[in-house]
Amino acid sequence: MEHLDPSLVDWSRAQFALTALYHWIFVPLTLGLTFIVAIMESIYVKTGDEWWKNTTKFWMGLLAINFAIGLATGIIMEFEFGTNWSNYSWIVGDIFGAPLAIEGLMAFFMESTFFAIMFFGWEKVSKRAHLLSTWLVAVGSNLSALWILVANGWMQHPVGMHFNPDTARNEMTDFWAILFNPNAYSKFLHTISGGYVLAALFVIAISSWYLLKKRNIQFARRSIMVAASFGLIVSLFNVTTGDDSARQVAQHQPVKLAAMEGLYDGKPGAEIVAFGILNPNKKINDTQDPFLFKLAIPYGLSVLSYHKLDAYVPGLKQLVYGDKEKQIMSAQGKMDRGTKAVTALTNYKKAKASKDKLAQAAALKAFDADSAYLGYGYLKAPEEVIPPVATTFYAFHTMVIFGSWFILLFMIILYLTMTNELHTKRWALWAGVLSLPMGYAAQEAGWITAEVGRQPWAIQDMLPVGMATSNISSGSVMITFWMFAVLFTALLIAEVSIMTTQIKIGPKEAKHV
Amino acid sequence: MFETLSYLTLQEYWWFLVGLLGALFVFMTFVQGGQTLLWTLGKTEIQRDLIVNTLGRKWELTFTALVMFGGALFAAFPLFYATSFGGAYYVWMAILFCFIIQAVAYEYRKKPNNVFGEKTYEVFLFINGSLGIVLIGTALGTLFTGGHFVVNDMHLSHWTVPSYGLEAALVFFNVAFGFMLFFLSRLLAALYFINAVDQAEIIDRARTVLKYETWIFLILFVYVIANILLMQGYNYDPVSKVVTLESMKYLHNFMAMPLVAGLAVIGTLLLIWGVILALFFKSDKGIWPAGSGVVMVVLSLFLILGYNHTAFYPSLSDIQSSLTIENSSGSKYTLTAMSYVSLLVPFVLGYIIVVWRIMNREKITETEVKNDPHHY
Ligand code: HDD
Ligand code: HEM
Ligand code: HEM
Repeated sequence: MEHLDPSLVDWSRAQFALTALYHWIFVPLTLGLTFIVAIMESIYVKTGDEWWKNTTKFWMGLLAINFAIGLATGIIMEFEFGTNWSNYSWIVGDIFGAPLAIEGLMAFFMESTFFAIMFFGWEKVSKRAHLLSTWLVAVGSNLSALWILVANGWMQHPVGMHFNPDTARNEMTDFWAILFNPNAYSKFLHTISGGYVLAALFVIAISSWYLLKKRNIQFARRSIMVAASFGLIVSLFNVTTGDDSARQVAQHQPVKLAAMEGLYDGKPGAEIVAFGILNPNKKINDTQDPFLFKLAIPYGLSVLSYHKLDAYVPGLKQLVYGDKEKQIMSAQGKMDRGTKAVTALTNYKKAKASKDKLAQAAALKAFDADSAYLGYGYLKAPEEVIPPVATTFYAFHTMVIFGSWFILLFMIILYLTMTNELHTKRWALWAGVLSLPMGYAAQEAGWITAEVGRQPWAIQDMLPVGMATSNISSGSVMITFWMFAVLFTALLIAEVSIMTTQIKIGPKEAKHV
Repeated sequence: MFETLSYLTLQEYWWFLVGLLGALFVFMTFVQGGQTLLWTLGKTEIQRDLIVNTLGRKWELTFTALVMFGGALFAAFPLFYATSFGGAYYVWMAILFCFIIQAVAYEYRKKPNNVFGEKTYEVFLFINGSLGIVLIGTALGTLFTGGHFVVNDMHLSHWTVPSYGLEAALVFFNVAFGFMLFFLSRLLAALYFINAVDQAEIIDRARTVLKYETWIFLILFVYVIANILLMQGYNYDPVSKVVTLESMKYLHNFMAMPLVAGLAVIGTLLLIWGVILALFFKSDKGIWPAGSGVVMVVLSLFLILGYNHTAFYPSLSDIQSSLTIENSSGSKYTLTAMSYVSLLVPFVLGYIIVVWRIMNREKITETEVKNDPHHY
């Protein structure tokens, strides 16, 4: 297994990042809006009020526009594991392929089958059967999130497998461990609740815009009522699960946590930076202050990551260069053992080819001793284990700041709706409109934190990205990267144009009650 | 219960499921065929809307079947996923592009301010139905004719020619396979329209399509099948796993597995019977025998590709790198676990059938399309 061309790796990463970020523009809205639509339709079925039917149909129309492009950007992601990460697909495919296949079978078929009834079946099935279909679409889309996050959670914290030297890949040994990976669960709950937050912001933004324009007043007020109540509940849940995600990161990906916080020197009772500007010239082994400016909450990080005031949080220095006292092994130490594992594996293969049973057994023994560090054997310098600190730091802080703001926003909007003052408070309506882009930014920032913070690993501590790509020319990936960039951007422009036009046309309110 | 099965049985079971999914996908490509018939069958705007809306209730199923086919291959035969997708890069990418543009086309075609105009989205549908299907057929053809890849002793693979899969289009058999699928999808589409819409002109024109294109399809079909029966295939020794060339390997496979041969023959007859029903008995039920027939024939092709010690993905660069269901599959543990998951398949098929029947209970008419506020 030799290291591949670095520009190939970079183009492959860029392409994956591009397509994933595009896919993620559309998915969270689907995750949340399917539920909001299902709630509205439930009100319709319960009350029999045609007005709610029209309202449901309006939001469903917007959902369909979003859904279509979600499918367009999703299909490429599934196949990219094969096309661009083909070594990855072999080395971990025995584990990673399963959740993807289950996702297709359990979730995608459910979504796409009942989607047809949801859109075209109003006159073809009973009210209740239609409502059931709408709920099944919501459940299906959230199930798809479950399985894809089981796959992603496994990349962040691999469990339930062992390396088989004969096939030179990791093989599944415990399906349940993979399914009940705590990392996958905090990710799943945090991600879907983030989707619900976004959908609530979406409904509020559009309704606020109607109120600002003094049109569709009743529609907007009722929609805001549903969205803000829903939003407040889910955003509180979102912060709780975010906290849980942070604890998972602290336990399984301490380097990512240190990068998220710009923490170079570990300490007990570590503070959390609420807002900060990083020193761009900071190097890991110099003595400069990592921050040009910061606002910090004392003990915050220790509490966030370990729920203890004086818990010790290691910094990048300790994690790269090791710390005897705290029993942290240095990256160099891991690399040395990794190199031994790589050598042993090569010897094992040679011995097997020459049918030398004795040498084979010896090589296997040597391999087993160090196989836990195999991935480190492919790194060249200890500093490689540090992800891009600035990207991770700013992405994380954007998410957290916006996330805290949304809670406040939902409270304000809900209060003003209850007191019947919302339509008179233009500042609140503008806040409602402008928070929507912040919702999208928080979403993308969350994934940048998770994925950029995981670098250089494709599978944490196991498989560096440099080993994971397909063996193709970087030029080929460059070509497809630009094709995606152009096509997805064109489709996004069309989507936004169609969506805003539909919003301007507005809901049908003829059958007012 | 699956724990007691042998590794090989599990591999065969999964190859069967992959083949079944592939076969169902090929049946569902009537959506693509219909897209290429948009202007042939629809001479007025409302007729075209009717066609798009008829297909619009099914296209996601076809799309999902393709995704599922990929997912099942990944889970069960990861080495194929890694080798073919990562090597024949340009072909797979081109196929994906054809499906990306399809996904937005239905929803955006008629919407005001859709930036590119109705025509563009119709062209997207056409590209998906034509290029997309021909390319998929070409890629499937390489399961018989092979690819230029090498798999090393760490099971990592790479392509040996810089055209990354495009070279498959230079092999006449592959292209013929692609066009055969293309005409097949149009036949199925014509049969589906006859079944699902209530519009005399569209049905008449669909019959005309059947009348002429059935012949084109049959010529290609006979060519492809004759080639498959006569071509050399890649056999491997069940014990030493050494791969060797064997002349008329696929014919031998049919003879060794009479059930599979029977499946192919009955499938072919059913397909022809479906067309005859539609043309000579003016029946609207032709799609059912024809569709079942297609599923049977495609499944039988997958089975002769993977069963009976055959390399289902031969390597033209290094014959010993060829992929077989034994050397490319997931571990025994994974196949067992996934086999439990596969118990969901009948359940999924069940609700798809129920929903299909509900949605197709009444034929789609022009008035319905005109009055539906959410029509495509
Ligand atoms: C509206 C969206 C949204 C909002 C307001 C928040 N998050 Fe978030 N966050 C996500 C949307 C998101 C996400 C996009 O869904 C991510 C990306 C990966 C994941 O599992 O969820 C994510 C990831 C993510 C991670 C990284 C997990 C990993 O690396 O595996 C952490 C530690 C947090 N979040 C923590 C928080 C905290 C403490 C928040 C406090 C307000 C917060 N998030 C608000
Ligand atoms: C957290 C990450 C992800 C979540 C929650 C998610 C969820 C979803 C959802 C809800 C859909 C339905 C369409 C839509 O709503 O827009 C969808 C579509 C799709 N996604 Fe993702 N996705 C994620 C990332 C990925 C990745 C990494 C892949 C690659 C394996 C992928 C593959 C697909 C595919 C193939 C489709 C089209 C499915 C169809 O045929 O219905 N997604 N995804
Ligand atoms: C849809 C939300 C997601 C977004 C926005 C996203 C974003 C990214 C980004 C920005 C990168 C590049 C990181 C870098 O090179 O610095 C990346 C890489 C990658 N992500 Fe994600 N990701 C998402 C979901 C997922 C999921 C659900 C999976 C797995 C199931 C996944 C698997 C990967 C893989 C395999 C790579 C390439 C290897 C690597 O760089 O580690 N991603 N993603």
